[in-house]
Order: sequence, then C-alpha cells, then structure tokens
Amino acid sequence: MQKPFATTLDPGSSLTNHTGTWRTERPVYVDRLPPCNNACAAGENIQGWLYDAEGGDYRRAWGTLVVENPMPAIMGRICYHPCESSCNRGQLDTAVNIHAVERFLGDEAIRQGWAFEAAPSNGEHVLIIGSGPSGLSAAYHLRRLGHRVTLCEAQPALGGMMRYAIPKYRLPRNILDAEIDRIVAMGVHIRLNTRIDDPVSEMKQSGCDAVYLAVGAQLAQRAYIPAGDAKRILDALSLLRAMEGDEPPRLGRRVLVYGGGNTALDAARTAKRLGATEAIVVYRRTREVMPAHDSEVREAEDEGVQFRWLSTIKKEEGTTFTVEKMKLDEKGFPQPTGELETIDADALVLALGQNVDLEFLKDIEGLGIEKGSVVVDSQMMTGSPGVFAGGDMVPSERSATTSIGHGKKAARHIDGWLRGKAWAPPARHPLASFDRLNTWYYSDAPKSVQPVLDEARRLSTFDEVSSGLDPSTALFEARRCLSCGNCFECDNCYGVCPDNAVIKLGAGSRFKFNYEYCKGCGLCAAECPCGAIEMIQEQA
Amino acid sequence: MPVTELKFYQTGTFTIGNRLLGEEDRAGQSAANRANSLNCGHRACQGCGEALGARYAIDAAIRASKGQLVVANATGCLEVFSTPYPESSWQIAWMHSLFGNAAAVATGIAAAMKVKGRNDVRVLAQGGDGGTTDIGFACLSGMFERNDDVLYVCYDNEGYMNTGVQRSSATPPAARTATTPAMGVEPGNRFGQGKSIPLIAMAHQIPFVATASVANLRDLEDKIERATLMRGARYVHVHVPCPLGWGSEPSDTIKVARLAVETGLFPLFEAEFGALSGHTAIRRRVPVEDYLRLQKRFAHLFRPVVDVARIAHIQAIADHNIERFDLLN
Repeated sequence: MQKPFATTLDPGSSLTNHTGTWRTERPVYVDRLPPCNNACAAGENIQGWLYDAEGGDYRRAWGTLVVENPMPAIMGRICYHPCESSCNRGQLDTAVNIHAVERFLGDEAIRQGWAFEAAPSNGEHVLIIGSGPSGLSAAYHLRRLGHRVTLCEAQPALGGMMRYAIPKYRLPRNILDAEIDRIVAMGVHIRLNTRIDDPVSEMKQSGCDAVYLAVGAQLAQRAYIPAGDAKRILDALSLLRAMEGDEPPRLGRRVLVYGGGNTALDAARTAKRLGATEAIVVYRRTREVMPAHDSEVREAEDEGVQFRWLSTIKKEEGTTFTVEKMKLDEKGFPQPTGELETIDADALVLALGQNVDLEFLKDIEGLGIEKGSVVVDSQMMTGSPGVFAGGDMVPSERSATTSIGHGKKAARHIDGWLRGKAWAPPARHPLASFDRLNTWYYSDAPKSVQPVLDEARRLSTFDEVSSGLDPSTALFEARRCLSCGNCFECDNCYGVCPDNAVIKLGAGSRFKFNYEYCKGCGLCAAECPCGAIEMIQEQA
Repeated sequence: MPVTELKFYQTGTFTIGNRLLGEEDRAGQSAANRANSLNCGHRACQGCGEALGARYAIDAAIRASKGQLVVANATGCLEVFSTPYPESSWQIAWMHSLFGNAAAVATGIAAAMKVKGRNDVRVLAQGGDGGTTDIGFACLSGMFERNDDVLYVCYDNEGYMNTGVQRSSATPPAARTATTPAMGVEPGNRFGQGKSIPLIAMAHQIPFVATASVANLRDLEDKIERATLMRGARYVHVHVPCPLGWGSEPSDTIKVARLAVETGLFPLFEAEFGALSGHTAIRRRVPVEDYLRLQKRFAHLFRPVVDVARIAHIQAIADHNIERFDLLN
C-alpha cells in the first residue's frame, strides 16, 4: 500500500538530536578556595571540616581538622580567627562562629578520647628545639610523616607561650595538657629542662638528621624610663610566666600597663584578677591603631580595665609616674606635646613587644639574621643546610596560629629534604568570593552566641571567660556555613537544567555534565548557591 | 498541639535537594530516578523556562498518578520544540492536538477512560498562554463549566514565542513584542484591563485553581501533585520566563521568575471551589525595576530616559496584587 510520506517514519526519540553542538560556553564543576581557608594561618580546611560537622559526624570533622592542625581545642580558644573576619556569611548576616565550632570539636575529642593514628617510623630523626605551638605542630606532622622526633624544651613543662604567656582564663591548662599529651603519645621523645646552646652540634650528637628551631620571641623589650625604684617596674612576660608558679606576684592596688598589644591586655586583665582595683593601659597611640584585637579590648573594657590613649611614660619616682600627652602627626606617628601629668600607681608592667634571643645561634655557619629575626627561604630552611626555623623567630605575624602553620610547613619541607624529594605545595584554587554565591538559597540564621562568664566571677577568678557551644548549637552553627566554592550536593544544578544534561552520581560523588545535550545556557552556574560551577568558552 | 523541634539545614528547603534532609523532604526533581518526562535532545532555546516548567509539572503528575497519566498537548512552543516529526522528547502517553482544542481533546480522553472503567488513569492537558488564554479559551471554559475530570496546566511565557514573539492576552503592559513595538507615545503593549485566567477559572467555581512558578519548585510540585489526585476540572497556571521573547539572559531564567514572584507581579496563590484557600508569601520584597531591568522587552522604560510614570503604574499593579493576595504574610 502506498502511504503518504508523512506517516512512513517510525516514531523516534529526541536523543538522536545532540543539542550539545549549540553550545558556545560549557559549564564545569570547580572547587574554589573558601575565604576562611584562605585566611587561616594554620592552613586549615575549615570549609571541609564544617562540611563534615554539618552532617553531625563530629569524629570525621575532627579528623579532617587535625590533618592540618593538631590543637583545635586550644586554637578554638586563643586564635584571633581571621577566618571569621573574611567569612562570606559576614556580608549576609553575621560570620559563622568558626572558632566556637572548632573549640567544640576539640573539646569533644578530649571528652571522647580520640587519638592520633600512630605512623610507622620509616624516616629519619629530627631534633626540634622549643615546644611552643610551632614546635608541637612540627613534631606532630613529622610523626605523621614517619619520622622520629626529639623535642627539647628549656622550661619544666611543654607548651611555650601557650603555657607561659596566655592566661588561664583564656586557655585552661587541662585543655592545653590534653592536646599536648595527645601529640606526645604519638611517640615524640621529650627532653624537658633542656636548654640547647649549640643546635647543630646537639643535632649531630643526638644522631639527628635535621633540626627545627622554634624557640619563639621571649626577650621582653625594655623602654628607658628613669626610675627611682626599679622594683615597681616589671615586664609583662615575667608577670604572665610567674602566674604558672606557686605564688602569684604582688602588684598592688593600682597597676599601670605600658603598651598596646594583646600581651598588654593580658597583663592588665591578669592584674585585675590578682586584686588590683584599677588597671590602666597606657598607650602612645589610639584605639583605632592599637595592635591588640578588638575582642580583647572589649572584654578588657567589660572587666573594668581603663585606657589612657596618646600617652607615654616619662619617669618614675616612688609611686608617682609622669606621663606625657602625645598627638598623632599627619603620618599617624605619635609626637610629644610637652604636656605632662602624673599618675600614682603601685606598679608598672611593660608590654612593649618581644625579641628573639639570638645568642644560641651565633655558632651556626651560614644562618642569616636580619632585623632581629632569623632568615629562612621559602622552604623554612635557614642558610645552614638541615637547619630549619619557624614561628616567632622568623619574620611573621607572631601568632600561635601562624606558628602552627609554620610547624606544618617546615615539617613537610623537612620531610622533602630528608627524603631528597622537595615538597611542592599543591596549587591554590582561585578564591570563592562573595559575588559568586547565590545567597537566595541559604536560610536566614544569625550567629549563635557563646555564653560568657559573669563579670563578678571574671574579676575574681581565673575561670575561663567564654564557654563552649552545646552540641545542638554547634550543629546549628556548622550549618550556617555557606560552603563557599565547594559543591555540597544541593541538587540545584541537577534540578534546574532544562535539558536533563546534569547526571547525578549519588551521595558523596557529586554530579557530571552530559555535554552531548548541554546547550550551555548557564542556569546551573547561576543557580548554584556556592559558586562551584564555572562557565568557560568552548574552543572552536 | 504537637511540639515540633526547630531544625536548621543550611539551605533548608530552598534548594532542590539537600543532603541534610531525608529523601521525603527533598523535591521530587532531586531524585536520581525522576521520570524525566521531557527528555534530552528537545529543541527549546537555551535556558527555556517552559521546557523546565513542563518537566517539573509532568514529572510531578507522573509521581502522583503512579505513571498512569495521559497528556494532551496544545500546539505551541512546547509541542514544536518537543515533538518535531518523527522525533519526540516525551517519555509519556502523549497526544498531539490543535492550537485551540487541547482542553476538548483531554475531555474526550477522560470520557473514554471513564467508559473503559480506568479510574486510575489521570488526564492532563497542557499548553502555552496563546493556546490557553486566546485560542483555546472557549474549549477551556467549556471544560471548566462541565467540570470535566481534567487537570489543565498552562505554561505562561506571556506571548506567542515560536512564531516570532507576538502579543497574547497574557502579555504584560509596556512589554515590547513584534506586534507591540517600542515606538510611539506609549511604546510596547498597552495598559489594558489584563486577563487573569486563574481568576476566570475561579469564577467557574471549579475544584482547584493555582498559580506556580519555575522559581519555586517545591510549591509547584506540591500544587501539581495535589491537583493530579483531585477529581473534576482543575487548573494550574505556571509562570515560565522566555529568554528569547523577553530579552533576558538564558542563565537568568529562574532569577527572572523569582523576581516576578518577589515583586508581587506574579502572585502565588491557590483557590478551591472559587474561593482563595492559600498563598505563598514573598520572602524578600523587591521593587518592580529589579524585574523589568533584566528584560530587553522593557528596555524602553529605562532608555533614553526613565519612564517614571509607567514604571509606577507597573509598581501599582504589583502593590495591588500584594494587597489582594496578602503576599507579605
């Protein structure tokens, strides 16, 4: 039978029509660097461990966290969290309370007794001098890389500035001890009360193949103040270190603290707790430019610490201190005005900065020193082969977090050096900036606040000022994370594609594009909440 | 009253899926084994809102009817891009009809199913705004009036798009189309009285009327699923941006649809037996400029000078909708 042509063709599927040929741009899945990770001086994968925590798997989250930083309970307390200052959520409502979740995970690990995996020793032997955050971090990472570690500490206990400079109300010592013990339990050989005068010969004598110098900066900087009775003047580091002894130092009822850094505030707050009715911070510039962190200043103000801005201390006569008023010149430097006043006080605490004790390095051949710091190359190695240095000894921001980052970085380079295969850091992803997010999709949720200790108790005791989050609040806080630049499998791309050109690979495996049919409209990229899809030009 | 624990899931239910939610709380479109009733290879433009809306709606109807669904399709973009002879993108029992008679064809299918005793089969008719508000309106009104057992879904892209973007009775005021050019004293479509098919459908007192948007998938799925299982005449009107006809970026299709809802220009509501029974509140209210500026069909409102009076007129329409449907609560 003769049929008209229009009815002779069998029905077919549109799958024969490969609409992918229309495309001028193609979507690709990318991982971008979240601003928190970018800001973290310890190089933590914050977005990564928050992702694990969002699902409520705290063990896994802690595991992800400690790949980079072995001391989350400590860091969650004392780090000034630049991650939060750069958090994209800060532009939406308030930044994710990252440090509080970190602290929660750290505390949970201590409660549950989670331990580090012991690494098989298949490497060399490394000597570490100094057990502050940098030395401990290096010890941890070197152990994970399979090296044997000997850690020397001049003081009777481990921890460096974390123990001898950070007050207990910011870092309780049971927390400090728990996290240090966990590192030591990995098989780190400890030598306390051991001051090393010649690191290189010590390295050779103890059969080590490399040494990491991490003694910090612990010489208090002095100022010339003509004084009748130097007994009334002490430096902040000695005061804070004495707090670890049996007998707390006596300061008197009215205490002046000279300086504008975090140590000055630690000293002033400590003085209040030791019974001073007045603690007055004297600083030569203004609050806006003082190096101390704003949160510290606010907490100090809450506790009644007073401030005298634009002032320098000229001389001391008995209990009378002469103060000169300053004014800022156009460059922002303080200039004397000649206006003098006097303040009566029982003690003056100097918190004017710290220097590196370079004396023990003088015999090391090739080790360079510049402006009071040790010179290191991009691999954290000094001019002397096998001698590495990090933390406050080298030019840096001088924070515990930076020191932990140095310890990790040095450990990886030491490993590379010892194994004869230089460690190359992985390429950094481009930044996941706020304008790449589609914030419509995130639930509105302001930050949860950590409870703060009553002022009355803060003034009389060394109890910790801020407490941790409870599990449900920690979970809430983790889930405020926007997961910037990293797919969290919300299915938006899969759902909004008008061409079914997104293939869902299943939980944990994300998605892939079916370029046979993707027309390159870009809806997936536009509707991806976290900016993990990029449109790139098709090549002709 | 039962106490429900308040939980927070990062993106809540705003995204299509959410790994922190149980399967039952995710949108149907997040399922790896979704029906994909409108499959790959169709010839809709890049970023087509109608292709997306049709898959959303028909997948939901298939889910609700457990696969027992017959669809009659009015001629229009949807048919032209999905089924150029002899290929089809539809993976369902699908029937071609003319531009104006999809409602009548569906009525016939429903009658045939009734004769065969197939109570389990649900019948759906679908078409664009041209086939619904203009050409097919008589058949549609008849279907409503007889209360035939059909769910009619209109995908409203506010014009005759595949024939070259001509004006329909759903084209909004001031919009430029091929037949309402941006020239003269009042460029673009004139400010008429408007023609709201959902409100006309309500006037027929049929069991269910709803509006939906491709920008709010869960709301759309919920309405289609409920409507599929009801008996009698039902009508769902889905707002689907058209990058070609509206002059918007293909990647902005959902954004444009979202702004139509958030400005109040496209109110999301539902009605049962002629009476309003619910609405979806605006989450972040925005002025109509935000919506208009993304579309070249409204470019003459902003260039060479900003047409303050007519933008205010459009804003007044949005404000009226917000008040009428109580969209802020």
